[in-house]
Formats: sequence, structure tokens, C-alpha cells
Amino acid sequence: MNQARQNILKRLRDGRQQGFAVPTSDFAVVRERNWTAAEKLDLFQQKIESVHGEVHRVAAERWIQELIRLLAEKKLGNLLVSDIKAHGLELREQWHESLPPLLAYDRKIESWKEQLFTQVDAAVTGCRGAIAETGSLILWPDEDEPRLMSLVPPVHFVLLQADQIYSTFIEAMAEQGWATQGMPTNALLISGPSKTADIEQTLAYGVHGPKELVVLVLE
Amino acid sequence: MMSDALKVYPAKPEKVYFYATCLVDLFFPDAGLAGVQLLEREGIEVIFPQNQTCCGQPAYSSGYNDQAREVILPQLELFPEDYPIVVPSGSCGGMMRKHYPELFAGTPQQARAEAIAARTWELTDFLLQVCQIKLEDQGQPVKVAMHTSCSARREMGVAEVGPKLLGQLAQVELVEQARPAECCGFGGTFAVRHPEISAAMVQDKAQALLDAGAEQFVTTDCGCMMNIAGYAEKQGLPLKGQHIVSFLWDRLQAKDGGAA
Amino acid sequence: MSAQPIQVREFHPRVQAALNNPQIRSNFRRAMDGLMTKRTAAFAGWDLETLRELGAAVRLRALSRLPELLEQLEANLVQQGVQVHWAETGEQACEIIRDICQARGAKSVIKGKSMVTEEMELNHYLEAAGIEALESDLGEYIVQLAEETPSHIIMPAIHKNTDEISELMHEKTGTRRSHDVDYLTASARQQLREKFMRADVGISGVNFAVAETGTLCLVENEGNGRLTTTAPPCHIAVTGIEKVVEKLEDVTPLLALLTRSATGQHITTYFNMISSPRKAAEKDGPEAVHLVLVDSGRSNIYQDQELLDTLRCIRCGACMNHCPVYTRVGGHAYGTTYPGPIGKILMPHLLGLEDTRDLPSASTLCGACGEVCPVKIPIPKLLQRLRKEAVDGDSLQPSRVAGHGIKRRWLESLVWSGWTRMHASPGLYRFAGRMMGRLRGLMPSKLGAWTRYRSAPKPAAKTLHQLMQERSVKSQAVKQESKG
Repeated sequence: MNQARQNILKRLRDGRQQGFAVPTSDFAVVRERNWTAAEKLDLFQQKIESVHGEVHRVAAERWIQELIRLLAEKKLGNLLVSDIKAHGLELREQWHESLPPLLAYDRKIESWKEQLFTQVDAAVTGCRGAIAETGSLILWPDEDEPRLMSLVPPVHFVLLQADQIYSTFIEAMAEQGWATQGMPTNALLISGPSKTADIEQTLAYGVHGPKELVVLVLE
Repeated sequence: MMSDALKVYPAKPEKVYFYATCLVDLFFPDAGLAGVQLLEREGIEVIFPQNQTCCGQPAYSSGYNDQAREVILPQLELFPEDYPIVVPSGSCGGMMRKHYPELFAGTPQQARAEAIAARTWELTDFLLQVCQIKLEDQGQPVKVAMHTSCSARREMGVAEVGPKLLGQLAQVELVEQARPAECCGFGGTFAVRHPEISAAMVQDKAQALLDAGAEQFVTTDCGCMMNIAGYAEKQGLPLKGQHIVSFLWDRLQAKDGGAA
Repeated sequence: MSAQPIQVREFHPRVQAALNNPQIRSNFRRAMDGLMTKRTAAFAGWDLETLRELGAAVRLRALSRLPELLEQLEANLVQQGVQVHWAETGEQACEIIRDICQARGAKSVIKGKSMVTEEMELNHYLEAAGIEALESDLGEYIVQLAEETPSHIIMPAIHKNTDEISELMHEKTGTRRSHDVDYLTASARQQLREKFMRADVGISGVNFAVAETGTLCLVENEGNGRLTTTAPPCHIAVTGIEKVVEKLEDVTPLLALLTRSATGQHITTYFNMISSPRKAAEKDGPEAVHLVLVDSGRSNIYQDQELLDTLRCIRCGACMNHCPVYTRVGGHAYGTTYPGPIGKILMPHLLGLEDTRDLPSASTLCGACGEVCPVKIPIPKLLQRLRKEAVDGDSLQPSRVAGHGIKRRWLESLVWSGWTRMHASPGLYRFAGRMMGRLRGLMPSKLGAWTRYRSAPKPAAKTLHQLMQERSVKSQAVKQESKG
């Protein structure tokens, strides 16, 4: 189909209008915000709660107890957690046998797809921060916390450091140097649990992804 | 879309040209006369060029640009002096203000078309903003709804003008219908090319006006009026329509007569 | 189990059918009212005009460098391991996708929502080649079960109410009849999960393709887009060539505009950015990622300074949500992949005016669409342009859209030339006006389509020309008198 490529590009080049007037792009309208750290956290919480996300603010050293409480409250039978990342190791260290079993995403998906799709109740992952304006979590899945981990289990817990909340998307991508460092295989903004309004505009949660998104904000 | 920010209103002039539009001329001359009298009441001399016919919009909006130009060409000769051109219609005003320059771009008439466009004003906008008209209501209490035409609203940017003028009338209660910004379904030749859709739209519009509790409605454009009032009449609905300037003029006359 | 292609030309009968269906009218009215309210609320506190300016500027900048950006996008993606294909037509794109599937021995395809694949009727094509193509977006899934096409580009099944969907799912998938939307949704989840697990290939659309980083962005709420692009071993993304943007930061205003304009959401649940297939150490994600760039008429639109504004579109659907015509007739009446105002200005390029002859005139030019368009496409102006093309009405600007002149009929031309002769001659016009006034008693009470629903307008006894002439004579007389 190289011919198609050539033809398309030629038509575009030949047909391009002379003196194509291009207005300047002033990004101030999506960039300029003056929120304090506290305001950003409040706004993040308000926005994500408005789309059915659940937020728990917790002292950094108490997140595991809080997670244990939530697992019990939600009657979750197991938990998928990294066995390499620091929060995963910390969790595994403090775990005990009376708690729901911990699972690890330690194989390629092909060898346990069915199990992941049918037998995992919940997963916990970290994130690369959040966006206050839209109540979004930034995730860059990687080999320790693969892509399906935040998608397939019905409940997704996310650990967010309170001081990692950006005002806007454009600020987050600039400060983290997304465009300059190159993008990962997959980058995500997650803003609430999976939902649909395709049946008569009635909201329903968990249509394909998690039914519950629970954010533990570590202060 | 023309926003209000782009409009630079002139100082109140001594004279204006009055461009009646063919609908007003042939079917609703009382609205035209009311407009002329309101302007005269403001101390403005009104010049009515007898050679005016139509702004060309019916052909233009049907895609017949050549025919539209042919009709407009003699109209371009009607306004030799630098007076504002006042039009009792958002639709025809929009045609002149917005589309004349496009239509004559690159032709010998370009400069004249642009000059005319820049001098064209929708009548109620002109009365409120340029004349700063003050209205003293002489009429009986009445509940009225306002339908601003789409072109008055979006091309001429005068959605707030009608309600402000009506707001000056002590005995007039302005009621708001559901979806005030929605089109009535007229759309010029649309109403005959797609009569079923047009009918569905005007049905909803008439119902919204009635549901608002209006005894009558007023509008900036005779096209919308013909559509809505014509529908109401045919269906036997208790809804009369009037061009807003006719309504305003009537309200200024003492109850015991004096109306033109 | 796919829809049969609709005969695009039969616009009027479909309109009539839609208008006579109270269910359709109330479903759309209610839905569109809700969407308009939500959109307004979502932009509260925003300097919307400035944001729209920025959106338009970003899209225009991308279009100004379209061939270079497509090359840059391709180079970056290829370097990151994504295979890039080019298709001049929908048919070519279908072939490419079929070939990819067959080379992998793929039997089942799961699809995320993609309007461009609707445009090329990919599902038919794959099924004919023995490959099952299942839609996974809940709305698309419902529409596919019903063997219909989407009636809205964002909410494909908006023409159906819960009753109808419950009945449909009961009949086709054996769920029990229920008004419980949670139950219906959960049933669909269960059925589709199985498919996601087994699918050989996932096919998705693209909302923005970022040239700078070689990144494909998908906007969605359900998670089916993420599953489609992650669970199967192969992902094929399909996009029109116009969807490219220059820089990564360019997506920020477009995303802000898209979700608020479309459904009044400040953001969708997922914003999914894909830049490569699975890397060696990674444990999931497709091993192969393909991007199919589809022209299908777009490069022709690009060649016209005025029409190319059409290509700015980010497919939010706000124009249809605000369109009084769409609200009355619904999406199926148009008979085209893209309905509503954007469909009216896009489809004539994709199908030619011969097949879409009635679309450009099916608008009152009320301007509601242009007013809400997040990238400021002057939709009414483009409709006007297509009307002109349909009748070859402008000798100063030769027509160039395929099928132009299709609506030029000798009778209509005759009517317009009569109209022109009358209005281009002030004397003749005044005479005719006087005659109308004099003969007003004889005016017909039936004026074709107009009086089917309305009473006929009555000409005034005297025209304003006459009244003003009389006034001026009178005031001359007064002046004469006062002089005398």
C-alpha cells in the first residue's frame, strides 16, 4: 500500500492552500490556575467523587490498615498487588494469613488470562500523581503493575501521594516531561469507575472495567 | 458569529435609511410603519428608498448566488449617503451585514457591499443602543412571550434587546417559554422543502409559547411570525403574533386611539 | 448479524416515518434536552470562547501541516514498533484489516467504538471473510444486536428506551426481561468479558493521534476501549487522516472541549494513550499494534480552503445534540454514518452529492450547531456552500464536490429566474406589490406545503412602498401649504 501512502501525501501537498493562515495557540486558558496544595486536594476529591470515585484520606503510615478495613467492608476475597514495587513489598511484609490472600501479576497474561478475568476481586496500584481540575489519576502501567491490573478486577484501589496533585493535565505532562522523555507503551488518566449511560442515559457502573475505584490519599 | 464586542454603535444620526424587507413591505407594512414612526419619534429623519425590493436572501440561502447578486446589485445603489441602514428583521439584516461582503468578495462591488454591511443595523438594536429609546406604556396589562429569530440572535447578536425594550413597558409581563433559543422551523425555503420537519418544529414552538402562559407573542422577524402565527391560526390555537415594533408602537398610543 | 446498508437517498420517507413515531420523538427530545443542559453546566466557569478559539487553532495548525505531521506520526510509531498502513478508500482499509486478521489466523475480532469503521462498513466486510466482529461499546453492542446502525455518534443506541433494549437482549441473548439498567449492563458485561478473553484481534478508533510522540489517544467511559486495545494479542487502530495533532500538549484543550461538549462530562473515565506494542519485559498488552490511516475523501476536502474546516471536527456530537432538525427526526433518518449537522457537511464529500442531495437543504440555518461547535466549524456557512454546489449556483466559484449540480432542475431554475427578474427591477416589483394588494381577495388559500400546516399569509391592502409614498406626498403638501 505504499502507492496509497504516496497518493494521499501527494494529494495533500498538491492541494494545500496557499498562505494557510494559522492562528497562534495560547494555552493560558487550560494552564493558568492558582490553587494551593490544599485546594488541589479538595478539588481532586470533589471531582472524582462527583463521578462515583471513592476517596479516603489517610496518614501515610496507616494506609495498610485502611486498606485492610476496606477489603473487609467490601467483602473482597483476594487482592492483586505488585511483588516488586515498594508499596507492594511493604504490604506483603505487614500481611498475615487471616487476611484475604495476595496475588501477584508475576507472569505473562497469556498464562493466566482466564484466572485474572474470573477470579481476582481487587487490585491495588500506585500512580504517578493526579489532576485536580478533572479529578483524574495518572497511571503509567509497567511490568510490575501491568495494564490489565487497573482494568479487569472489579475493584481498583489506587495509592496517591497528597503532594503529587497537579492543577491541570497540561501542567502534569509538562512537569513530568512526557513529550521530551518519550511516552510509555501505555499512559492513562483514570477518573472514576467504569461507567455507561448507553441505556436511556441511565448511569450504570462497572460495565467493562472496575465497578469501584477507591483512592487512598496518603497525607 | 458576531459578538456584541465587535459591534461599534454609531452616534445617534440625523437621518437613517429604512430597508423594509419584502415580507414587511407586502404582508406586514404596519410593522414597517411602526418602525418608521418609532425612529421619527426619536427625532430621526427616515429615508425610504422607493427602489428597494428584496435583500436577496431567498435565492442566496437556496444556493442561487448568481440570482442573489443580480437582485442585490440595484439594492447596493440605494444608500449613497453615509447614514445607517436600519432593518426591521434580524434575518435580512444578517444577510446584509454578514453575507453581502462574502457574496461580493473579489467583485467590483466588494467595497460598496462591505460599506453597506458595516452600516446595517437591526431595528430594535438600533432603537435601544443608538437611540437609547425610552418607552412609556399606555396599554392594558398583558402577558407576552418573545421569540427572537435565530438570525437576530446569532448573526446580529440582539437576543437581549427585545426583552430589554419590553422591560421598559410597565404593564407588560414578559413570560419565558421553554427552549427560547430554539428555532421555530421557518428557515425560508426550508419550510416548503422539508414541510414535515418544519411543521414538527413550529408545533413545538407554538406549544412552548402557549405553555408559558402568553396571550400573544412578539418577534423580531416576520418570517417567524408568519410561521408561528400561521400555524396557530390553522390549528385554532389562541396565539396571536405581532412584530415587536408594531407592539411597541401600539403600547405608546393612548388607549382612546391615536394608533397609526 | 450486521445492519443492512440504508439507502441514503430516501430522506423524505424516513423523515416522515421518524416524525410519525412518538417513541423516537420523545426519546430524542428527552435525551437532547439533557445533553444540552449538561454541556452548559460543564462549561460553567470557563472562558468558553477563548477555549474554543484555542481548540480551533490547534486543529487548524495540525491541518496546515497535515502531510508532514502524518509522516512524523508514522516515523515515530514505526520506530516504537507500531505498523502503519495507508488506505485511500474504505474498501482498501477493510482489505488491510482483513489481511492482518487472516495472517494471524484470527477468527474473532472485538471492537471498540469507531465511527470510521462504521463509515467503511468493516463489520460486513470481515463477516464476509469469515471473521466474527463483535461490538463491545454497550451502545454499539445493542445496535449490533438489533441489526441497526448507530443513531448518534456518541450514544449509538439513544433511539431506544429501556423497554426496547430489555426485549432485544432477552430475544437475542436470553437475559430475562428487566427494567433494571444495572442488571442489563451486568449481563452485557458478562457476555462481552468472555469475548474479550478469547478475541484474537481488537479494533479501535482513535480520538487524537499525536505526531510529536507517536501516541494514539482514546477517550471513553466504559473500559471496553482499554480492553479492546489491551486484552487481545493484536490491536488494530483505525483513524481518518485528519485526526492527527502536532504536539502532545495539543490534546489538552481538545480533550477539555470534547468531553464537555459531547456529554457534559469534565472528563471521561478513561483517557487512554498508546505509543507502542508490548515491550519485552511487559506482561500484557498486544504484541502487535497496527495503525490504519484512512483517507476516504478527506484529502479531497482538504483541497478546498472553505471546505477543509470540516476536517477540524473532533466528533463530539454537540452539533446534533443542539440541532432542532436532528432532535425531531433522530439519527437514522439521515441514512448516513454521521447524522446531524456534521453529517450534512461531511457525508456529501464521502458519498457525493448525488446520494446526499437532500441533506444540505434539511436545515433552517438556525446556527445552533455553529454556536456550540468546540472547534468553531462554521457549519451553517458550509451548508450554504453545499446548497450552492447542489444547484451549481455560483459562476464566481465553480463547484467541486462530486455530484454537484444534482439539484439543478429546469423548473426550479425557471422559478428563480422569474423571482430574480421581479426583484431586480424596482418598478416591476412595486407594480407587482400593488397588484397583490389589490387582488388580495383572490389570493389562493392553499400554497402547497406551506398551507398543509399553516394558514396562508394575506398580502396587505397597501404595501409599505405605497404607504411611504403617500406619507411623503402628504408631507410635501403640508410643506407647500405652510409655504403658501
